[in-house]
Amino acid sequence: MFLRNPRLTEKIAFAWLFAAMLLVLIPVFLILAIVFKNGFSVLNIEFLFSDPRLGMRAGGIFPALVGTIYLVLGTLAFSLPMGILAAIYLSEYARDNWFKRMIEVAIVNLAGVPSVVYGLFGLGLFVIFMKFGASILAGSLTLAIESLAVIITASREALNSVPRSFREVSLALGATKWQTIRRAVLPNAVPGMLTGTILASSRAAGETAPILFTVAAFYLPRLPQSVFDQCMALPYHLYVISTQVPNVKLSIQYGTAGVLILLVLSMNTIASVIRTRFRKRKLW
Amino acid sequence: MTKAKVVVESLSVFYGAIQSLKDVSLDVKEFEILGVIGPANSGKTSLLRTLNRLSDENPLFRKEGKIFLEGADIYEKMDVPTLRKRIGMIFALPAPLPLSIFDNVAYGPRLHGIGEKNEMEAIVERSLKAAFLWEEVKDRLDTPAMKLSGGQQQRLCIARSLAVEPEVILYDEPCSGLDPISTSRVEEAMQELKKKYTQILVTNNTKQAARVSDRTAFFLMGELVEIDRTEKIFTVPQDKRTEDYVSGRFG
Repeated sequence: MFLRNPRLTEKIAFAWLFAAMLLVLIPVFLILAIVFKNGFSVLNIEFLFSDPRLGMRAGGIFPALVGTIYLVLGTLAFSLPMGILAAIYLSEYARDNWFKRMIEVAIVNLAGVPSVVYGLFGLGLFVIFMKFGASILAGSLTLAIESLAVIITASREALNSVPRSFREVSLALGATKWQTIRRAVLPNAVPGMLTGTILASSRAAGETAPILFTVAAFYLPRLPQSVFDQCMALPYHLYVISTQVPNVKLSIQYGTAGVLILLVLSMNTIASVIRTRFRKRKLW
Repeated sequence: MTKAKVVVESLSVFYGAIQSLKDVSLDVKEFEILGVIGPANSGKTSLLRTLNRLSDENPLFRKEGKIFLEGADIYEKMDVPTLRKRIGMIFALPAPLPLSIFDNVAYGPRLHGIGEKNEMEAIVERSLKAAFLWEEVKDRLDTPAMKLSGGQQQRLCIARSLAVEPEVILYDEPCSGLDPISTSRVEEAMQELKKKYTQILVTNNTKQAARVSDRTAFFLMGELVEIDRTEKIFTVPQDKRTEDYVSGRFG
């Protein structure tokens, strides 16, 4: 039986693993190649900074780009503090009992809820019940809640990776629990927390379903004036010009997709820069 | 006769269903070094961690009996941060925080509200000198403490404990990760510290206890078998088990 030959099985195993890796890489490269090949012709400063014209069949994407940036910042403003504080509570303070385990199960499940459900939840709670209307505030809150699960999980991992000895040393010097968390634990966990939060927010930047009912405007060729205004957003704009408006040039559609990809990639780059910086500095 | 600094009264310690100390009573006299020896799982570390209430961090921990620091019950009459400020602890592995040398030593005093720069500099210098580290690091106080050698790190940890001006210092196998030269440096520092501090040294190295401590306590399976002058423990122990242990027949 040929499988008894360890050198041969080694080769077969390697070939399968390599093929799996290629299969993962190919779609990524294809997406980037197709998007930028078709969108390259419109990608310039003017496209980024001018309003859409002629029923979105010409002009740029400025309001959608600004809207998405506002939404990301708004999401961060809510999800960063909430997620980190919740993670600190769960990792450092909560006793290991049924209540904590229930919260942990809830967080895992939160990550699995389909994004359109978050959209409807946001519509019900923020837009209608809390009377924020379709607004940047409602959209940011909806996106924040959607990214919370990931942020809490990443932040807890960052906290758990801080050696227990740091906590004991600090406590043994007469620090209170909060002093210990603030001075010995958090400084060493914050970079990991930031990385997780930025990654979660870059996911949020590309989401369509949660903003559909809570903030996104079909066509609003001016910038929002307050957090209670609607705004355009790149993913929804892309959806609109791809399916709802006839006769939009292919290059505009792909150009919009390219900008969205670049935005998300640059956020991910920031996250990994923070992570590598921190890895270099850390010595334990 | 010097006075008793720490009094342990029929102390039993449990972690869940496991009992790690059984009805232990002993005194620690002021300015002495008490060596605590015994094989693994004999309860030595449990004793230390109960003395400064680090055991409280373990949700399974439960104790019976009483511990007094200068006559005050440390579980009834003292808040935990104050107790831990008065009873410092040095861990088995050198555990500097990922801060500069200066900030490591300043960590404790800052917790307790010392903010003035000159005062802090004086505390850091005094503490590093007392731990016999000053000469080696005085020109590079702002370099990361993690870059020091293991022995230097352990003396830094001693300096860091001294900076909060404790009365008692607990050592949990402080030299288990150190080479002989670093070990002798740490032991030298301990001898010098005797003038001002009461010290309890838990060690797996019986020779170290013989070299350093004034009195030695031998623990076995959570029981205090014998406590006496160090030279007595090592020459004419009262208990057969002590004799077997110090003569290297087991452990």
